[in-house]
Amino acid sequence: MKPGSQPTRRTVLKTATAGAALGTLGFPGLLRAQAASIKIGVLHPVSGIFSYSGTQSRAGALMAIEEINAAGGIKSLGGAKLEPLLADAQSKPDVGAAEVERLNEAGVAAIVGPYASAIAIATTQAAARHNLPHVVDVGTADQVVTRGLTNTFRFSPGVSTIVNFGIDSLVRINDAAGKPAKTVFIVHEESAFGTNTAKVLNEELPKQGFQVLETVKHANPTRDFSNIVLRIQAAKPDLLIPANYYDEYVLLTRTLQQQRVAVKGVYSILGGGASSYKFVKEFPDAAAYVMDCNHWFDPRKAAALALKAKTEKQGLFFSYEVFLNYNAVMYLADALERAKSVEHDALNASLASSTWDKHILPYGPTKFVNGQNTGARPAITQVLDRDIKVIYPNEFSSGNVVFPVPPRKT
Amino acid sequence: MRMALVIAAACAVALPLVVTSDFWLGFCITVMLSTLMGAAWNVLGGYGGQVSFGHAAYFGAGAYTAALLGMKLGVNACVALALAGAAAGLVGLLTGYLSFRYGLRGSYFALVTLAFAEVLRILAGAVDWSGGGVGLYVPLHVGAANLQFASKAGYYYVALALGAGALLVGWAIQRSRLGAWLVAIRENEDAARALGVHTFACKLKAITISAALTGLGGAFYADYYLYIDPGIAFGPGVSVEILLAPIIGGLGTVWGPFVGAIALQGAGELGRRLLGDAPGLSLVFYGVLLVVMVKFRPDGLIGLFGRFARQRPAHA
Amino acid sequence: MLEPSILLPAAINGLTMGAVYALIALGLTLIYGVLHIINFAHGSLLMAALYGVFFLYKLLGVDPYAAMAVLVPAGFVAGYALQRSVIGAIKPGRDQNVLLITLGVSIVLDNLAVYFFSGDTQTIDTRYSLEMVNLGVALVSLPRLIGLGAALVFTAALWLLISSTDLGRAIRAVAKEPHGARLVGIDVDHIFAMSFGIGTACLGAAACLLLPMFYVSPHVGQVFVLIAFTVVVLGGMGSFTGALIGGLLIGVTESLGGLIFGESAGQLAIFLIFIAVLLFRPTGLFGSRLS
Repeated sequence: MKPGSQPTRRTVLKTATAGAALGTLGFPGLLRAQAASIKIGVLHPVSGIFSYSGTQSRAGALMAIEEINAAGGIKSLGGAKLEPLLADAQSKPDVGAAEVERLNEAGVAAIVGPYASAIAIATTQAAARHNLPHVVDVGTADQVVTRGLTNTFRFSPGVSTIVNFGIDSLVRINDAAGKPAKTVFIVHEESAFGTNTAKVLNEELPKQGFQVLETVKHANPTRDFSNIVLRIQAAKPDLLIPANYYDEYVLLTRTLQQQRVAVKGVYSILGGGASSYKFVKEFPDAAAYVMDCNHWFDPRKAAALALKAKTEKQGLFFSYEVFLNYNAVMYLADALERAKSVEHDALNASLASSTWDKHILPYGPTKFVNGQNTGARPAITQVLDRDIKVIYPNEFSSGNVVFPVPPRKT
Repeated sequence: MRMALVIAAACAVALPLVVTSDFWLGFCITVMLSTLMGAAWNVLGGYGGQVSFGHAAYFGAGAYTAALLGMKLGVNACVALALAGAAAGLVGLLTGYLSFRYGLRGSYFALVTLAFAEVLRILAGAVDWSGGGVGLYVPLHVGAANLQFASKAGYYYVALALGAGALLVGWAIQRSRLGAWLVAIRENEDAARALGVHTFACKLKAITISAALTGLGGAFYADYYLYIDPGIAFGPGVSVEILLAPIIGGLGTVWGPFVGAIALQGAGELGRRLLGDAPGLSLVFYGVLLVVMVKFRPDGLIGLFGRFARQRPAHA
Repeated sequence: MLEPSILLPAAINGLTMGAVYALIALGLTLIYGVLHIINFAHGSLLMAALYGVFFLYKLLGVDPYAAMAVLVPAGFVAGYALQRSVIGAIKPGRDQNVLLITLGVSIVLDNLAVYFFSGDTQTIDTRYSLEMVNLGVALVSLPRLIGLGAALVFTAALWLLISSTDLGRAIRAVAKEPHGARLVGIDVDHIFAMSFGIGTACLGAAACLLLPMFYVSPHVGQVFVLIAFTVVVLGGMGSFTGALIGGLLIGVTESLGGLIFGESAGQLAIFLIFIAVLLFRPTGLFGSRLS
């Protein structure tokens, strides 16, 4: 048990004095002289285009750290408290990577973050050079965990898992309702997740008997969806499948509402606004009956509901960034407990062998293969009665699916 | 002066032996990369006076060329780097030909370069073969031949060579006839033409050199960060970052881009240290510093270094 | 796909969207026409104005259209002050330095917004946000129709200001020949600041018209700024009629191009037009006189 005895200490001393001196300046919360604290790098894009998701993520991570410390810290390490070292990736991969170096030299035991896949590629790479454990909070791109890095761990599902689960669930829901939906219209954003989602949908849906009428790609940002909605109206699909970020999702659904477009259901996959309390609160009519295949929490767990209440008390919406980060830190803390050490090798081994099941997510049994938790999966939610209910998997469901959706009230 | 240069060169080469902090080595790499592209931009914008807002077009062309050559054709990374520079140079030649042939100058030239970069960005997003909106994940194959190094020092030396090389190009141009012609064009293009300077050819040469060097930076970026997408390669943010260093440092001087690169990266880092916890404040600090630097040193920070600035600074 | 039943509504959508572009470009073209600076801060200023409208609505219940009474003068004052104290207060003749200053201003504004308002996207929901007007051939959103009308009104108002008032004459003089204008006793710095202020006042109005049909976030400025530049170039730098017609044209091209050839093609078309205009007719459709 030798906290902080990595080579980094020597290198910090050797570094230009400016760097070492400045290194302690910017962190308000850390001035405790406690020797027995474990530094955790909390790295998110709190400025730049991902700033909303970044701040939500940071909030979730900090809530977890607070709870762990309040409950006595890491008991197997003498009650050592977790000390967050905050870092801003500024929504850029290069800044993220540089911050990893800085955090590493500040002596962090692990990094949690950085929300976005593009940034995660750079940060996990940088961390790998030092064998520094890196828990990826969201970062759904498959490449995040398929590069053979032994320091990279993702507890939540990747995009392939999510899309495939989404398709399976769609088939089930459709079958259970007597197959009312045959034709599909896909609207996706232009970057990685949208394009990948659309690609898989186009491959798999026909095999399940659906006909994809059209697949429309749109830019980030898109200023206007009127024409796309015109095309939807002309194509008259049974089902609309959107995959985009929050802003565009809002514009799209509002335009649909405005133009009084009626489909049998809106089934989004990683929909930017679908399973978003913010969206439901601000646009209850546009949000009604929308289904989403997305990250979600287990509504049966009291701890999840408690976290939701706590988040809302802070004036924040309980979004996926919050609970996934909360969860990532909890997973890390459990690994620290079992490793009884902050050494990189020990911690990496502990993270890889984790079977931690005290989480608040609707997952199967925890088991890590190549850094990915194979028990991870999304949930299918639907907006019912101005609230978001889980409709699938059944064991977590808190509501019954309504499909096809009732006609719009005019 | 020569002695100072030799000492500086020795220090630069010996740097990784003293600075073993990966963070500060990374900082130096970013500074050298910024110097490379700043010096590249300086050839066209500083000496030639043609302000380009679209250098991302050349950066991205270099990045995509290098990444695609490696991923699709298995070309050795060093060769790919050189070819990336050539490809970017070609893009520069084409955009330069169109712009100068139709007599675009000043703001019009600046805007058309911006448009070229945007066109490339949209195309990169639309063509699936080169990754489309998903971008390209450059495979991790550590090895010097792949320009992927296990330690940061390797990247540093490559970046140092590229950055120093670009500064050398700037120095060579400044002492050459091409340089003299470019300055003449910058000061008064019509008069220069009247005096017999082949303005069209000179500007084309300048933009090609400028683009090629920038493309090398793009290729390095791809091998260093291992991920590019249309926004990272061709976005307007990239063009802005490229032009900041030479303007802040000192247009039309040899060391201006280097001084500017250090100042800007330093300002960014200082902002992050002091204010990093509060979202956005570090960038507010950076923006304020930018305005202050321009107001108090309109000729560029190089003016602070007296002697070194005596080489033909920006405008009269 | 290409039936008139879709093409016509799409064209009308394009017109109304183009009107929004025109509104944003009006201020930019004036600033360029008089001060000859490419205002990098334009998008950020629009963002600030949008937040202004948003908070007036959320905190004081002021209707966005009514908020114009506040935003237009506020925008004017802000722009005047900005030009006078920050942007204009450097040695003239250094174009790239002015650029960097407007860039610095935009970075500061964008990130102050991130700090104060967090990255959250905000929308407002007024009674009429989702109202549609039936034009027979198409259904058009009411806020967008109002925007189209406003664009016409504002263009006319600006044209009148520039052509018929003393201030307008002074502005034209300064735009054409600043040294000569100074020699005949015009306070050039004041006129520069007035022009910048009028430009930002236009943004204030544009924000009021935009928020009911869009959203606001710290990055919303970037969504429109490049398009605004394209409109200004197409229409002719300094021409209000140009900004209006240019905006409408760009809107329709984007809309029909996107519909027929795909969204990427629509975006591409805009920039190809941009390049073509710059190469073949740099003064734009209406020339670069202040008109």
